[in-house]
Amino acid sequence: MSVAPDPAAQPVPALLAEDVHKSFGSLEVLKGVSLTAHEGDVIAMLGASGSGKSTFLRCINLLEMPDDGRVYVGGELIRMTRNRRGEIVPADQKQVARIRSRVAMVFQQFNLWSHMTVLENVIEAPVHVQKVPKAEAVDKARQILDKVGILDKIDYYPAHLSGGQQQRVGIARALAMEPDVMLFDEPTSSLDPELVGEVLRVMRQLAEEGRTMILVTHEMGFARDVSSHAVFLHEGRIEEEGPPDEVLRNPRSERLRQFLASHLQ
Amino acid sequence: MEIIWDSLPRMFDGAVLTLEITSLSVAIGLVCAIPLALMRVSRNPLLWGPAYGYILYFRGTPLLVQLFLIYYGSGQFSEALQTLGLWVFFRDAWFCAVLTLTLNTAGYTAEILRGSIQAVPHGEVEAARACGMSGSGLYRRIILPKAFRLALPAYSNEVVFLFQATSLVSIIALMDLTGVARVIAARSFAIYEIYITAGIIYLIVTYGILYIFKKVEYRLSGHLRERKDTGIAAESAALR
Repeated sequence: MSVAPDPAAQPVPALLAEDVHKSFGSLEVLKGVSLTAHEGDVIAMLGASGSGKSTFLRCINLLEMPDDGRVYVGGELIRMTRNRRGEIVPADQKQVARIRSRVAMVFQQFNLWSHMTVLENVIEAPVHVQKVPKAEAVDKARQILDKVGILDKIDYYPAHLSGGQQQRVGIARALAMEPDVMLFDEPTSSLDPELVGEVLRVMRQLAEEGRTMILVTHEMGFARDVSSHAVFLHEGRIEEEGPPDEVLRNPRSERLRQFLASHLQ
Repeated sequence: MEIIWDSLPRMFDGAVLTLEITSLSVAIGLVCAIPLALMRVSRNPLLWGPAYGYILYFRGTPLLVQLFLIYYGSGQFSEALQTLGLWVFFRDAWFCAVLTLTLNTAGYTAEILRGSIQAVPHGEVEAARACGMSGSGLYRRIILPKAFRLALPAYSNEVVFLFQATSLVSIIALMDLTGVARVIAARSFAIYEIYITAGIIYLIVTYGILYIFKKVEYRLSGHLRERKDTGIAAESAALR
């Protein structure tokens, strides 16, 4: 196991990404993005469509393989290598699986397993990946579902739930793995406006509990209220970052000003 | 009428053989089809190449030709098969029939499964990966359960087709339902009566097969139906 080069006695960041690059064909989506998330940080990633924010999130848990750069989770470097075709691949699939179960992801399209009930969705990874005894996993799932306010739908299938309910199950599924870091990929972007609130309420509660969260969102007000750090991405680079109040109230760059003008009416 | 009544016991014996051949080939064929389908969706040419060739051959040639090749064709290699100790199997029409039908249905079923494996929604697979699932666990827990559900309607067709196709084994002198009917019809000249009776027996069994599939489909499709207690209809997005 490699440890992040951090000689100072500072606590190891929950997540550290250094100089992450990613291209799809000739299109360079990420041109070197770095990010540090300490425990309890809530980092809001803002930016227009195509600025690379979702791709960056997907590079963190290796749903996309970064072409270059390093990702450390809890100080542990995710090792990469090249295969025979010259593609970048993880050096150790077991390490990837282990790290993924510590970095949970909430998807824009929920991506619940449609043939499983709410309960089955939530206990699946704890029981079959983390090998938690089933009874224990069920107990915990009930607590989590109660917390996200959906315990009464425990035996429903995803198709029988509204979008907001499905996304709360998605959050419960992520929570059930007791992750060190939670990644939210535009969690409210595919919801009807009246359903956004119930999901944001749950996320606000998680932030207040001190969970480490990285959040890609278009909900500017929510980002300002909840996050501890805001990052503005433009064309694959970090254009501006800092405390959310400062970044969102006093944008220094013209691009962020334009972006905010179109998002904060 | 009497001729039908008198022939029924022998017809039932034939039907038993037909069912025996069908169920054996369906069961073994399904077991073979799963690894074949997994090979077929692999990106490794050493895996998908042979599976592709196998499926192409068994879908691309008539079942009767396959049956002749295995039953009569093995006779040409009887000495080699004898030294291998396999001749006792290949000289037996029953064994050749089950082998041919098994290999045939494995090819078709593998192709059905390949299609449904590739139809599993990408987002659900991605969510599983994001939870730390990979390799066999990912297939066992998410992809195959989902693929089996998607494959069921097409697979019920394949089983019914195979059941009807067993009538070909009468050509290599097996006394299945068609074989028995042929012998009785030839002796009694009551061609209509006998073949209609045989046809009705095939029809009844086919109905039984479809009924079983209907039950299985119902059990596995709770996520696609309306909820009984609340009447909430499943969102059409989940019907994929």
